[in-house]
Amino acid sequence: MKDGMRRLTILMLAAFGTVSSTAQSPPARFGLGQPAPADLIGAWDIAVMPDGKGLPPGKGTSAAGAAIYAAQCAMCHGAKGEGGTADALVGPEPKAFAPFGPQYEKSRGDARDVPFTIGNYWPYATTIFDYIRRAMPPNAAGSLKADQIYSLTAFLLAKNGIIAENAVIDARTLPAVMMPARNRFVPDDRAGGPKVR
Amino acid sequence: MKEDKQTQKTSQNGRVSRRAVLTGAAGAVGASVLGLKTRTASGQDRGADVSPGHPATEVGTRSSFEQPKRMPGGFVSRTPLQDLHGAITPADLHFERHHSGVPAIDPRTYRLLVHGLVERPTVFTLTDLKRFPAVSRICFLECSGNLGRQGAEKTRPQELCGLTSQSEWTGVMLSTLFREVGARPEAKWFLAEGQDAAVMTRSIPIEKASDDAMIAYAQNGEPLRPEQGYPVRLLLPGFEGNSSVKWLRRLDLAAQPFMTREETSRYTDPLADGTARQFSFVMDARSVITSPSYPQTIEPGWMEIRGIAWSGRGKIQRVEISTDGGKMWSRAVLQGPVLPKAHTRFGLMWKWNGAPAVIMSKAVDETGYAQPDWTALQSVRGRRTRYHQNPITGWKVGADGQVLFAIERVS
Repeated sequence: MKDGMRRLTILMLAAFGTVSSTAQSPPARFGLGQPAPADLIGAWDIAVMPDGKGLPPGKGTSAAGAAIYAAQCAMCHGAKGEGGTADALVGPEPKAFAPFGPQYEKSRGDARDVPFTIGNYWPYATTIFDYIRRAMPPNAAGSLKADQIYSLTAFLLAKNGIIAENAVIDARTLPAVMMPARNRFVPDDRAGGPKVR
Repeated sequence: MKEDKQTQKTSQNGRVSRRAVLTGAAGAVGASVLGLKTRTASGQDRGADVSPGHPATEVGTRSSFEQPKRMPGGFVSRTPLQDLHGAITPADLHFERHHSGVPAIDPRTYRLLVHGLVERPTVFTLTDLKRFPAVSRICFLECSGNLGRQGAEKTRPQELCGLTSQSEWTGVMLSTLFREVGARPEAKWFLAEGQDAAVMTRSIPIEKASDDAMIAYAQNGEPLRPEQGYPVRLLLPGFEGNSSVKWLRRLDLAAQPFMTREETSRYTDPLADGTARQFSFVMDARSVITSPSYPQTIEPGWMEIRGIAWSGRGKIQRVEISTDGGKMWSRAVLQGPVLPKAHTRFGLMWKWNGAPAVIMSKAVDETGYAQPDWTALQSVRGRRTRYHQNPITGWKVGADGQVLFAIERVS
């Protein structure tokens, strides 16, 4: 009886052994894909980080940006960045930590008339460069050169009263610009459970 | 026979109901519209076409009697929730939201670049991605800006919250891909970039990759629809739709978030105290009654109140339904299987007595979170929150049976 059980066990092990030798346990890596060519990374990696990583050589000023803005942006964003078919870009109020909520509403009428702008709601200046380079103008994204993007960025920062009209914006100065909305943003504190947040 | 029954029902009610018109049309009127012959040469009416129907086809189509439609406008279209059954959204009715149109991407030249804080920066073809172990899961995708047509009585479920849809998605777990390239421990975030004209980007916490993020290449059994990211998209179950980047071409692992436009000036939640909630990815529990709803007109008697409930934090624990504007609540029946981060169909039989009524639904998820009413939501969020609005909504039924959107003012 004991022998019989042992023989059965051995047979079963042999059977499972056969199965597991066909269906190999997966390795940590499958060796799929190809090493990424440096030129592909260079061409695709256009992201700019808040510390300035990713910003290209070049520079721009608000004066130079004004002409580009008038030609390529004003038709959608308004002559002075007040908004049109596309977002408002200029509007420094409400300042710093002032809410868009009831208090501000009282002094201004209806707060819903106050648009979210670069001046009151964009926490990082580098995002302006990244977004313009990535997506603007919508019908010819990627067409602007680095100097043009720096100039447009300078123009938008100056019109919002964040930098001086004659400031030069480049890879060194842009990350140093302190945006009024920099400290507005807080981490998500919702976590499920009974409390409504 | 069927026609007789329908006629009888109509005359009993003393008026032609919408239901009678719809179902009756398929029998008597439908046959004549389609030019079918039901009478045989011997004069017998078989009640069915005497000649064979159309032969087998390569690709099926909907019945010509059924014409559910998305509601498109610019770079957004909404799912006709009121026309759907069960939990899966037909792929061609899945909502769309894109920032620069739907690109056409050739799968033969498609590449996914994974680089940054990795041991081996790697390019994967679509064929490569399909060689990894395939995983399928059912989950909803919802745009975080999914509260529409506020205030108007003539709002259908489609306008109200048609920016949520559900599919079975198939692809490779992102954790598998990150193991393949050797993600470094100092990588805390990754940038996901699309191949649309705006090359849209979002930063995602690395924890989502080890949790349940996927690289999806199929939807409801077939390759992704172009509107849903063909040939490859990121899929982050339970997260706001925008972060599940479509037409995915690049993943860049980094120590910090990139602070892209879509995670700073957009998709953030300004609060009443002047702060703004950022990286608020998870979609909180919500429900909507899809029937009865505008523009239906109902008849007194038994009917099922039906809808869908979902939570980005896990499973729906229960759905409660009120037929008296929120005074009394009854527990609805959930249609299984109840899956985490998935639309869950609910129902409750209701005998309408013909008096004006307001019907509402409230979802509770497995964390104990209950879908709030609009006042509660507004008191903690303030009036400027644009995203993540999940208030209890409902429908009012008039004495004439007409169903209208019930919340007078939700903004």
